[in-house]
Amino acid sequence: MKSVLYLDHNATTAVKPSVADAVTEAMGVVGNASSVHGPGRAVRRIIENARDKIAVAVNARPERVIFTASGTEANNMALQNRTGERVLVSAVEHPSVRNVVDHDVITVDGQGRAKVDGLSEKLLELDKPALVSVMLANNETGVIQPVKDIVRIAKSSGAMVHCDAVQGFGKMDVNMVDLGVDMLTLSAHKIGGPQGVGALVLAPGVEIKPLIKGGGQEHRLRAGTENVPGIAGFGEAAALAARELAEFAKLARLRDQLEEEIYRIAGIKAYGKDALRIVNTSYLSMPGVSAETQTMAFDLEGIAVSSGSACSSGKVETSHVLKAMGVPDAGASSAVRVSLGWTTTQQDIERFTSVWKSIYNRLGQQQNSARDLAEAV
Amino acid sequence: MGAEMKLNENRTSSFGLSDMESPASKAPAIYLDYQATTPTDPRVVDVMLPFFSEKFGNPHSTAHVYGWQASDAVEAARAEIAGLIGAEPREIVFTSGATESNNLAVKGLAGFYGDEKNHIITVKSEHKCVLETCRMLERDGFDVSYITPDENGLIKADDVAELIQERTLLVSVMAVNNEIGVIQPIAEIGALCREKGVFFHSDCAQAFGKIPLDVKVMNIDLMSISAHKAYGPMGIGALYVRRRPRVRLKPLFDGGGQERGMRSGTLPAPLVVGFGEAARIAGEVMQPENARFEKLQQLFLSTLDETGVDYNINGDMKHRFSGNLNLSFAGVNGETLMASLHGLALSSGSACTSAAVEPSYVLKSIGLSDDLAAASVRIGFGRFSKDDEIVRAAKEIGSVAMKLQHAGE
Repeated sequence: MKSVLYLDHNATTAVKPSVADAVTEAMGVVGNASSVHGPGRAVRRIIENARDKIAVAVNARPERVIFTASGTEANNMALQNRTGERVLVSAVEHPSVRNVVDHDVITVDGQGRAKVDGLSEKLLELDKPALVSVMLANNETGVIQPVKDIVRIAKSSGAMVHCDAVQGFGKMDVNMVDLGVDMLTLSAHKIGGPQGVGALVLAPGVEIKPLIKGGGQEHRLRAGTENVPGIAGFGEAAALAARELAEFAKLARLRDQLEEEIYRIAGIKAYGKDALRIVNTSYLSMPGVSAETQTMAFDLEGIAVSSGSACSSGKVETSHVLKAMGVPDAGASSAVRVSLGWTTTQQDIERFTSVWKSIYNRLGQQQNSARDLAEAV
Repeated sequence: MGAEMKLNENRTSSFGLSDMESPASKAPAIYLDYQATTPTDPRVVDVMLPFFSEKFGNPHSTAHVYGWQASDAVEAARAEIAGLIGAEPREIVFTSGATESNNLAVKGLAGFYGDEKNHIITVKSEHKCVLETCRMLERDGFDVSYITPDENGLIKADDVAELIQERTLLVSVMAVNNEIGVIQPIAEIGALCREKGVFFHSDCAQAFGKIPLDVKVMNIDLMSISAHKAYGPMGIGALYVRRRPRVRLKPLFDGGGQERGMRSGTLPAPLVVGFGEAARIAGEVMQPENARFEKLQQLFLSTLDETGVDYNINGDMKHRFSGNLNLSFAGVNGETLMASLHGLALSSGSACTSAAVEPSYVLKSIGLSDDLAAASVRIGFGRFSKDDEIVRAAKEIGSVAMKLQHAGE
């Protein structure tokens, strides 16, 4: 395993050492946070400390941070149970936003940015209050969405805004007050925290109904015994991520170097390159080589990359993100996502581009010449 | 037994159980709240740790070795858990805990079949999350029948039979009660439900890993289980969903379609792996552990008798998980009792409600008055409980309660 180069940090990233310590320590503390005895109170303190750290990291109020089991659950919580509201969702959202309720689509431009033009008219046409859901940064392209512009327009027509910040958090500044959103989704395992914990953060005054009912945990908004070690790790990871943002920003140099090299080899530009992007993500097509073939070839060379997002199916589907951006099928079916993380080094980039080149020369060229041949006939 | 004691010492040194301090004394509190949560077994922690660091992959990443490694470990854990309840691995749907599983079972079934059938039968002493979910469904037009248990906390299959109608969709009865530890006649109720063509869900959060369970023998269609009540990690549970005959559910949330579309969201591989290890250990130690708990239970009661205190045991003693006792002390103010007990971590009712000082609805459902229900304590012991702790706890509870009884006279 040691020699495998992991470049799939947007799927999940290794838990940072101090986070692992926080998780391990919390696993050694016995108690249910709802119990009133000493151990119960000790566990309660662990949870509230973590909640404070997350609130500070996104500039929200601690009592408005609701812990969930995942970003998916937080997104569902934000969008479900909103009876009577019209919902508008950008075309490039994560399935846990897109698949939840009937909605109108906010289209994106060729760079994958949600189109702000016409949104105001669309909102004014609606006879009901509306909820707009736009992600902070896209998980496949890394493109940063014009959330503040959307908030401004939404507010002027009285609409609420939910923002899935799962991929943005830890990779760029996330300030809930500055963004002006009403609801914000976070996930621990994308920022070096443990899998199995997320949060929905609410602006003051925003009300929401629970998805999971039972005990009175999380201000009655999310029943179930709290995942204490997970929450402890999430708190530590959030504090670290906020502190290490400048360090993370340095990945831009490595990512740019990678993209320049690919451009030099094959004249290929990353999807969304002309938009603002988070610094670690590069979504690249290799002409003539399917994403499946590429990921297999990279795997044989000990490099872990992914064809779009890591979800359930195992079946290879063309990316809805690229489709929304108007990328032709040939491009979309040969797109592979490279996402760097806190463990990525200069040598890793050199290794990746050299393997990319050899796969391209071996498979890309062949297919091209075969096609040229076919066209010549 | 020897191995368990050794394990306990291990745990105290490396995981700081001894750091737990009661508010009133500097001595470590004796943990008697095993029904609220159990310590994570050190063996469970050991198998989890690599999945945070070097084996950190997303189990749904299908394109590389990190993903496969995590996914293989998840599937091995799934098989281990399925094996402990006589299920097929693919009948296990991972969730974040038993509360989510109970919500998914009841709401999910109602969401899928609600147009055809809209009557649910459950029991007044079920866990709050089942009752709350049923109340929500009542607001949506469902009818719910709540069975009152007898004075020992038990119901009979006949109680259920009387209530089954043409439009009954679901019977939901827990296996082991979280407050009074009684074991309901699950197999009889399961057989009845199968015969009548009604779905049977059982909340087995307190039973999984503690008493033998078999979804086939017991004719259970949906079973909620939790890791942290069985020495596994918090934040992970599962719902068993029968495939033959098929039970269909409307998911609680949508997204990437993980867990066969029934539960979207990245599976937390370290937690799943820990859950699997907890199930493996439970299968190994369940029998000797229960024999030991029976002795601890007797030891507690005989020590309590020696103090001369006047007490009642709530819940049937014959049909009961032996790691639980629930005692009432007549003539004692419950809050005063809890405040006077030093060095003990225990609960006066279910943990979910103990933040609000309300008499337990479970105890009220078996006929206790508000005062007597409030003057009750739940004593839970488990894998790391020691004989001398049980003796000390019984002496403390007995002497304090007796003093308060006498003061009240």
